[in-house]
Amino acid sequence: MKLITAIIKPFKLDEVRESLSQIGVQGITVTEVKGFGRQKGHTELYRGAEYVVDFLPKTKIEAAVDDAIVERAIEAIEGAARTGKIGDGKIFVYDLQQVIRIRTGETGNDAL
Amino acid sequence: MRKHIKSFLAACSLLFALGISQTAAADDVPVAKPAAAASASTSTPLTALASAPAAAAQAAPTTAEAAPAAPTPNKGDTAWMMVSTLLVILMTIPGLALFYGGLVRSKNMLSILLQVFMIFALIIVLWCLYGYSFAFTEGNAFIGGTDRLFLKGIWDPVKATFATAPTFSKGVVIPEFVYVVFQATFAAITCGLIVGSFAERAKFSGVLAFVVLWFTFSYLPVAHMVWFWTGADGIKDAASAATELVKGGWLQQLGALDFAGGTVVHINAAVAGLVGAVVVGKRVGLGRESMAPHSLTMTMIGASLLWVGWFGFNAGSALEAADTAALAFVNTLLATAAAAVSWVSGEWVFKGKPSMLGGASGAVAGLVAITPACGFVGPMGALAIGLIAGVVCLWGVNGLKRILRADDSLDVFGVHGVGGILGALLTGVFASPALGGQGVFDYVTNKIAPDYKIFDHLLIQATGVGVTILWSGVVSFIAYKLVDKVIGMRVAEEEEREGLDISSHGESAYHS
Repeated sequence: MKLITAIIKPFKLDEVRESLSQIGVQGITVTEVKGFGRQKGHTELYRGAEYVVDFLPKTKIEAAVDDAIVERAIEAIEGAARTGKIGDGKIFVYDLQQVIRIRTGETGNDAL
Repeated sequence: MRKHIKSFLAACSLLFALGISQTAAADDVPVAKPAAAASASTSTPLTALASAPAAAAQAAPTTAEAAPAAPTPNKGDTAWMMVSTLLVILMTIPGLALFYGGLVRSKNMLSILLQVFMIFALIIVLWCLYGYSFAFTEGNAFIGGTDRLFLKGIWDPVKATFATAPTFSKGVVIPEFVYVVFQATFAAITCGLIVGSFAERAKFSGVLAFVVLWFTFSYLPVAHMVWFWTGADGIKDAASAATELVKGGWLQQLGALDFAGGTVVHINAAVAGLVGAVVVGKRVGLGRESMAPHSLTMTMIGASLLWVGWFGFNAGSALEAADTAALAFVNTLLATAAAAVSWVSGEWVFKGKPSMLGGASGAVAGLVAITPACGFVGPMGALAIGLIAGVVCLWGVNGLKRILRADDSLDVFGVHGVGGILGALLTGVFASPALGGQGVFDYVTNKIAPDYKIFDHLLIQATGVGVTILWSGVVSFIAYKLVDKVIGMRVAEEEEREGLDISSHGESAYHS
């Protein structure tokens, strides 16, 4: 099992969710986050005070998937989230040791 | 003896004003028609504004015996003045509170709302205990007397009469209680204005203590100096004008023009704010951390409420629902719109983008600048004052702020100080009849004085500005230092970092 964490542009969330559903991913967790990468921030001006906003709003999604569909899931996220412009985000993949469904106590692939 | 003469003068003037209209049924019929007609313009002040409860104090009860037909307040005037009072309350809470509140970080939102709210409440109490008496009864040229301590003597339970306060028209009065509450709201909003300068770091108890001192030793004397006079009714000829005038406040005697509070309210408060920003010191993290406003939506709502409420402030300062109120009304609308346009245009050109904060700030700058002028200048004079105020105050929060190097958090001095000074000076210019203004009304001849020398008036206005800056500056400095020693003006650094809402008040404005 793998845990896929992806940082994407917020407005791409719906497309990414849709394409993951299509390949059989049963659920994802979404968090609103801020961060910086190569994409530059912007400046805000309030009367005489200027503030550089370095951290841009992004959306973080997490999905636990079976090894069998990891590659397809990564492609699905890439395909849906890509605009070709700087700031499209990144995908991180981790080994996942265990998954437990709290309601039934199922573990491993059964719990995905 | 003096009292008798005063009563006699007042009685004579009232008889003169009333003529034979003794019936006092005076519902919507202006009782003072003859006088009003004689004076052509309903209410252009002789040399300054605000009326004279002292005159009222003596005029109403004592003349009741000599002249049974004391002027009866016109119900329209009374209604308008009560509505105006409500409008000034609306300006303060929630108007000013939201305007300021939106500009701080979310962790300090409630501290600002509460400071404005409680200062308003506290000053209203002090006003009724002693403030009104020291500001608006006869004393010396700098401070009033004790005739109205605890608001005594306005209601006379023996004769079952209410005292009246004169307006700027001979023989026209409003109930003195209405004048008391109208002026109470002015004192309250002025004290509330100051907190913007040391927002996000001031200790609540210190703020309250400072405000009590400042209200007592700066607001009351300045209000008395600028606004107190014994009313128009005592002025019948050059001799009586001379004896009446010397009973007024010092700047009033000089002829300083301040229709609704450029010096008394805005310069007074802004100087106190600036001194406070310096004495209290800069916010922790200034220049390194973002201190961006947390809700310009709130600020826009606040600025809009200020704009609406300001019609009570300015047009209400005419003290009557008549021509001068209408003039102040149109000027307040026009100058504010012009200042919003010029501020936003200015930042669009110089900074690249038009901003909501610019629009709101421009409107407030225009409101401030037109305040001293609104009953004296013509509409095109108001337009000019507004246009100039927008760009000059934009400089006030940029160039001037960098020169002053004080952490005036919400730009109280940049907007209210600069706008107030500019407005006070330009009042002397655009009040000139040659520039469409009202000139100065001469209550001896009952018409506008024929010669208006702009330069002379500019000098008088500059004197008023200078005196207010000095007076408020000195009183503020001493008061801050005193409070800082005894109570402390500032919270501890950890409390400031945590935010005043939680550390000082134990509550949060927003829950996520």
